[in-house]
Amino acid sequence: MSDHAPKGLTRWLCSTSNKDIGILYLIFSIFAGIVGALFSVGLRAELMFPGDQIFGGNYQLYNVFITAHAFIMVFFMIMPALIGGFGNYFVPLMIGAPDMAFPRLNNISFWFLFFSFLLLVGSAFVDGGAGTGWTAYPPLSSSSGHPGKAVDMAIFSLHLAGASSILGAINFIATILNMRAPGMTLFKMPLFVWSMLVTSFLLILALPVLGGAITMLLTDRNFGTQFFNPAGGGDPLLFQHLFWFFGHPEVYIVILPGFGIISQIISTFSRKPVFGYMGMVVAMAAIGVIGFVVWAHHMFSVGLSVNTKAYFTAATMVIALPTGIKIFSWIATMWGGSIIFTTPMYYAIGFLFLFTVGGVTGVVLSSGGVDALMHDTYYVVAHFHYTMSLGALFIAFAAFYYWIPKMSGKMYSEKLGKIQFWLMFVGVNLTFFPQHFLGLAGMPRRYVDYPDAYAGWNFISSIGSYISFAGALFFLYIVYHTFKKGTPAGDNPWGKYANTLEWTLTSPPPFHSFEKQPTIK
Amino acid sequence: MPSSKYTANFSGFIMKFLNLVFVNLLIFCNGAFANGEPKDWQLGFQEAFSPTARAAQETHDFIMLFVWGIVAFVLVLLVVTCVKFRAKNNPTPSTTSHNTLIEIIWIVIPTIILIIIAIPSLKLIYFQETVPESEMTLKVIGRQWYWSYEYPDQGDIAFDSYMKKDEELKAGEPRLLATDNKVYLPTETYIKIQVTSSDVIHAFALPALGVKIDAIPGRLNETWVYIEEPGTYYGQCSELCGILHAFMPIEVIAVPKHEFKYWVERAKEEYSYALPNNMKLANKL
Repeated sequence: MSDHAPKGLTRWLCSTSNKDIGILYLIFSIFAGIVGALFSVGLRAELMFPGDQIFGGNYQLYNVFITAHAFIMVFFMIMPALIGGFGNYFVPLMIGAPDMAFPRLNNISFWFLFFSFLLLVGSAFVDGGAGTGWTAYPPLSSSSGHPGKAVDMAIFSLHLAGASSILGAINFIATILNMRAPGMTLFKMPLFVWSMLVTSFLLILALPVLGGAITMLLTDRNFGTQFFNPAGGGDPLLFQHLFWFFGHPEVYIVILPGFGIISQIISTFSRKPVFGYMGMVVAMAAIGVIGFVVWAHHMFSVGLSVNTKAYFTAATMVIALPTGIKIFSWIATMWGGSIIFTTPMYYAIGFLFLFTVGGVTGVVLSSGGVDALMHDTYYVVAHFHYTMSLGALFIAFAAFYYWIPKMSGKMYSEKLGKIQFWLMFVGVNLTFFPQHFLGLAGMPRRYVDYPDAYAGWNFISSIGSYISFAGALFFLYIVYHTFKKGTPAGDNPWGKYANTLEWTLTSPPPFHSFEKQPTIK
Repeated sequence: MPSSKYTANFSGFIMKFLNLVFVNLLIFCNGAFANGEPKDWQLGFQEAFSPTARAAQETHDFIMLFVWGIVAFVLVLLVVTCVKFRAKNNPTPSTTSHNTLIEIIWIVIPTIILIIIAIPSLKLIYFQETVPESEMTLKVIGRQWYWSYEYPDQGDIAFDSYMKKDEELKAGEPRLLATDNKVYLPTETYIKIQVTSSDVIHAFALPALGVKIDAIPGRLNETWVYIEEPGTYYGQCSELCGILHAFMPIEVIAVPKHEFKYWVERAKEEYSYALPNNMKLANKL
């Protein structure tokens, strides 16, 4: 072999190829996604009827489930899929680079995440597990609320995941700023590359704050510091401010890469260039910047001063503007196009509508006074699952169907893909739409049991979650089916409107991607 | 003078007797006028029984007008686009990628909508957060996993309130919402509510009264309520606080002012000596 491509264990364990690492990330993400989905099915099975169902009175275990579900889905499913997986694989290809700037850094980013996952899952088996919710608010997460070692393990897990993401982000920024092919100016970059650049800056700015907060929590728990302990002069609210200073940008970290992917997909299948490219870039940057100054809308009920509440209400509403620009620009991209309805396009259109629903309930919640009725109820659960579970996850599926012909050289089955789309679409809507009603009626989140009046919608919601889980399992079959029986895809199955550089390569691309450096006119 | 002393004792006795009868009657009748609780298959808010809850619900309904409008607009636009510009109906795509006018329109119109939404939202916040001159204070302390209540300006009243277990429920009392010691409050009274916690963070919430405020150790949060009608109002802890998070409900019984006075008299006797040690400690802190 002329390209000296490593084989076997060396190829996968010591990989420095962005494509191989991307695939590792994707496999990892699918695995973690199934684990996370199992946790959520457990939760919904418990909530299907009032009274004790499957947890048999072990409420700590239930809290461990809600915590693990959130951590796994955010840090080990959606981020590895969109950023580590598709980002790693396609950012270098799209800018005409042979690999990432720091291939070994790339390798350790992945393996950090792997061990981080082991620590997190392991924490569930130690001292009753971490039942703090993913927000891990002290004093519940302090040594008084969770005396065992589980929370310490979860903190180390987050440290590793955070380090992994920061290293990955540095890698992306270095790659995107330095390794673009001749002629590829910043404003000729595909929108997916732009979204990864913005996301990487968010990661670098937000994650160290989380790292600081959980380190302070760790020293509070083990070394007698009093950052968050009021009895020692600390303040539990300090943690919440630090956490949400990370946590709010985090939701954009999750969704921004998806914004980029959706732009590619809609443009390809509308057979039309993206509408308002500059507006899209500016909107993403604006979302990134404003995302850092709205964090306390997660804390409207903690007793903020009235002017603080007013500021965070107003600032949060502003985010609706760039988001609106993006939604309208995507529709405008489709408008006048010649739309082909493939599975990725199904997912993209489904995303557009459902993300709009999740976005407008965000505007409702942003109103700090109205939030007094909804804070910590199922309305919030419905809202963020509409943006995450219907938004980010739908994009992950869309991206998979869009790029699997490139990554594997095999074409998936359109028929199976569309069945899977409808399973997911019906399932997630059935799960989360009724949760709006539960929230308005006042049902609090993170409840293992609820007053009987909430039984009806909870039952529907549980049925929906089983359907979604069936959709997830069916997806596994589609992956198998694609590799076993997929027809050869060719270099570019989507036609001339799939005009980013990855489609100029063979499927799958050669080990060093570009044998000859491409030039962009 | 012996006679007047006798009359005083007698009237005191009558008062106590009436009190006892009345409060028991009140407890007996709870089910009859319960109104602050969720209903089966409920789609919207619980009915509002305080000015703050009503104002918040009205603001919500106002925002929802735009929300429905935007969702319907996007949905219709998507459907029209998908039908009109599917490959079969429109084989040759246009190459348009810019239109300055339309890009300005979809910034300006949403901006206007947001301003229209923001004004009542901000007004609502200032209304909720400006605690009016209050006539009485209720102190609430969240604990794992029950609530402690104190009436600092009604004499030495302080008690713990636990969720009733299933087997303790009386007919008509909802599971997971009914408590053993209920919080009595007067209607048509500006009540200041002070909330804190002795362990982890909890949140004191009463959906029908528009109250939701975190109970945070080391902090004394303050909010207010004005209950318009007598009735039973249920709430539940609204911040994850550990294994029994779902099992520390709040049950407020609102009664007219004069009846509240009777309750205070009785509660002074019932609760003042039952003050648990941990609460005495908490009071000193």
